[in-house]
Amino acid sequence: MKKQTETISGAQAFIESLKCESVDTIFGYPGGSLLPIYDAIFDCDLHHILVRHEQAAAHAADGYSRATGKVGVCLATSGPGATNLITGIATANMDSSSIVAFTGQVNSSLIGNDAFQEADITGITLPITKHNYLVQRAEDIPTAICEAFHIASTGRKGPVLVDITKNATVDRVLFSYPKDVNIPSYKPTYKGNMQQIKRAATEILKAKRPLIFSGGGVISSNASEKLVELSELLNIPVTLTLMGLGAMPSSHKNFIGMPGMHGMKTANYAIQNSDVLIAVGARFDDRVTGRIEDFASGAKVIHIDIDPAEISKNIYAEIPIVGDVSIVLKDLISIINERINTRSNEKLIQEYKANNDKWVNDILKHKSENPLTYDKNSPLIKPQFVVETISELAPNAIIVTDVGQHQMWAAHYFDFKYPRQFISSGGLGTMGFGLPAAIGAKVGCPDKTVINITGDGSFQMNSQEIATAVQHNLPIVSVIINNGYLGMVRQWQELFHDKRYSETDIQNSVDFVKLAEAYGALGFRVTEKSDLKRTLKEAIDSQRPAVVDVLVDRSENVYPMVPAGASINEYLEPDA
Amino acid sequence: MSQKKSDKSETEGQKHILSVLVENKFGVLVRVSGLFSRRGYNIDSLSVAVTENPSISRMTIVVRADDQVLEQVKKQLNKLIDVIKVIDLNDEEHVERELALIKVKTVKDTKPEILQIVDAFRAKVIDIATDSFIIEVTGDDKKIEAIETLLRPFEIQEMVRTGRVGLSRGYKEGSRDRN
Repeated sequence: MKKQTETISGAQAFIESLKCESVDTIFGYPGGSLLPIYDAIFDCDLHHILVRHEQAAAHAADGYSRATGKVGVCLATSGPGATNLITGIATANMDSSSIVAFTGQVNSSLIGNDAFQEADITGITLPITKHNYLVQRAEDIPTAICEAFHIASTGRKGPVLVDITKNATVDRVLFSYPKDVNIPSYKPTYKGNMQQIKRAATEILKAKRPLIFSGGGVISSNASEKLVELSELLNIPVTLTLMGLGAMPSSHKNFIGMPGMHGMKTANYAIQNSDVLIAVGARFDDRVTGRIEDFASGAKVIHIDIDPAEISKNIYAEIPIVGDVSIVLKDLISIINERINTRSNEKLIQEYKANNDKWVNDILKHKSENPLTYDKNSPLIKPQFVVETISELAPNAIIVTDVGQHQMWAAHYFDFKYPRQFISSGGLGTMGFGLPAAIGAKVGCPDKTVINITGDGSFQMNSQEIATAVQHNLPIVSVIINNGYLGMVRQWQELFHDKRYSETDIQNSVDFVKLAEAYGALGFRVTEKSDLKRTLKEAIDSQRPAVVDVLVDRSENVYPMVPAGASINEYLEPDA
Repeated sequence: MSQKKSDKSETEGQKHILSVLVENKFGVLVRVSGLFSRRGYNIDSLSVAVTENPSISRMTIVVRADDQVLEQVKKQLNKLIDVIKVIDLNDEEHVERELALIKVKTVKDTKPEILQIVDAFRAKVIDIATDSFIIEVTGDDKKIEAIETLLRPFEIQEMVRTGRVGLSRGYKEGSRDRN
C-alpha cells in the first residue's frame, strides 16, 4: 500500500490507482468533464492511445484484453463520449471480455439537472456491464477502481464501468490504495465439486461416443493445454465454438471444426450422435444449438462453467460442475488418470478403447466425406482463397475480424495455432469491431503480426481508426474481402427473401486505397487472383498500417449453413 | 408491480416468495427490478426496506415461475454484485404477511355492517371521515382478497397493498443478515 502525507487531486489518484493495477495502456478520448484527468495524463508515463471515436476505445480495450489476457482500459468523457462506448461495452459483455471503462461525469451538484453533456451512464449500462460505479468523491476513487479491476478480471469476466464526476477529480485526497478487495457478496467459485467431477469421470469412461464441446471459457481461463491433454488422454474428438477457436490447433487430429449454424458438418454430426457431451466453458448460444430440442438429444451433458447461471440455462446438464475451467479440468484429468491406472478398471478401459476406436473412425470417415469446399478453379478471387493465403503468409499472426461472411470464412479457413490468436465479436456480432480491436491487440502484443480480416461493409463502420493506427505507428494490415455487398444479409435475402436485395448493394461506395492513403497508410487493391499473394506479402512486410482491398467473387456464400431454427443436421445446400 | 414481457412464465408456474438480502446502496433496486424486466420474469409484488443492519436491505419479491425459470431467477439474482443472499421462502417454514389500506364509502346505515366485517377480520379502522373509513388489514393475500370482496359492495374508493413480506421461522445459528 502506498501512503502519502501530501494530498493529491482526484485525477492524480485516478492515475496512481491505475498504476497500482499495473495498467500501462489506456485507450481514450478527452472531453470537458475529463479535463482534470487529461491534465494528469499529460505528465504521467501511462501509454495513452488517442482513438478517433469512443466506440473504438472500448473495442480497442476489448481487443487488448482478448489478446493479452489482461484487463483492457478505456476512457471517455461524459454524455456523448460515454454513450459512444455502449456498443463496445455490450460487445465485451456478450463475449465475457474483461475491460474497465472509465467515463467522466458532470459535477455531482449538477447530476439530474440535464446539465450539458450529462447522461445517466450507470443507468444506461446497467444491463450490459458486469457491474458499474458512480463515484462522486475523490476519496472513493481508489476503492472503486480496485473493486472494478477485481470484478472485471475474476469469475466470469466482463466489463465494469466507473463513472467519475468532475468534482471528484478536482478535489484533494490523501491517497491510499486498498491492499485487497473485500466484496462479501461477490465470491466466485473456482474449485469444482469433487463428487461431481468424479461422476463426470465415471460417465466419460463409460461413454461410447464422447465429445468435447468447448468455447471461450477455455481461452479466458488459459486452460487450452489442459483441454488438449484431456482430449489426447482418452482420444476424445473436440469441437470449438467461434469463441473457442485456437484453444486447440486447427490441425490437431482430434479437432473436428466449429459447430453450429455455419459449423463443420462433422462437428454437428458428432454433437448429434454423441452419448456424452463434455461442455467446457461454453454457453450453448442459439447460433450453435439450432433447434434446442434436437441438440445433442442422445447425450448426457456434463457442463463445466464458472458461471452457475449458464448451467441448464439452455441445455439441461446432467452433471453440472461450477468452477474455473482450468482447475476443474486439472482435477478431472487426475481422476481419470487414477482410474486408468487402477488394475480393476482394466476391462472398463479396454471396452472404452474399443468403442472409442469405432467412434473416432466413424468421425474421421465423416470428416473425409464432408470437407469444406469452394471452387478453387474459379477465375474470380474466392474469399476462402484470400483467407487461406493469409494463413500461409502469416501463420502466427493474430487474426481479428469484423462481422459477417468474411468472419465465417476466417473461422473456417485460417489454420489456428494457439489460443488468443483469433479475436472476433461472437455474441453481439458487432460490425466495426475489427480495426479498433486489432489496434488493441497490436498495442498489447507489439511483436506479433496483426491482421484484420474485414468486409467492405464492416470496415466502413470504424475506418476512421486508420488515423489512430497511423498516429501510433501500429502496422496493422486490414484485408477487405470486398464483394460490394453487406454480404451476410445479402446471403439471407438470397436464400429466404426471394433474392430481393433490399439495401445490401454497396458496391463502389468508397475507394479504399485512396481512403488509406488519405490517412497516411498504405493502400493496395487486388483484382487478379495471381496478384493476391504478392500484394498481401508486400502489405505485411511493409511494417506500416495498410489496407488491402481485395475484390472477390460477389456471389459467394458461406456454407455449410443450417437455417435459423432448424436442427443442426438440417443443411441448406448450395445450388449445384 | 407487475411485469408482462414474455409469455414464458405468464401462464404457468407457482408463486414463490424470494427473500433477497442486498447491499443498502444507491441503485440496487433498479439493478434487481431491471433484471426481472430484462429477462422477462414476472414480479407479482416487490417490497424493500432496510434490515436491522443498516448496510443491508431486504427485498421480498413474489414471483410466478416454473421450476426452471425460478432456478434462473435465483442464479441471475446471485450474479448481481450487490446481492448478498437469495432465500426461497417456499423451501422452508416461514410466515408471511401483507398489509392493505382500504378506503371505503360509508353512509349512516352501512357503518355497523362495515364495522362488523372489520371486527371479524381483526382489521382496524384507522381513519374516520364523514363519509368514509380507512381500514387497515394485515394477513396473507387470501385474507386481504376476502375482506376486499366483502367491502366492495359498499364502494371501495381507494386501496393500497404493500406486497408480501416474509421471514423463515425459528432461530438459526449464523443466519444473521451479516455474520
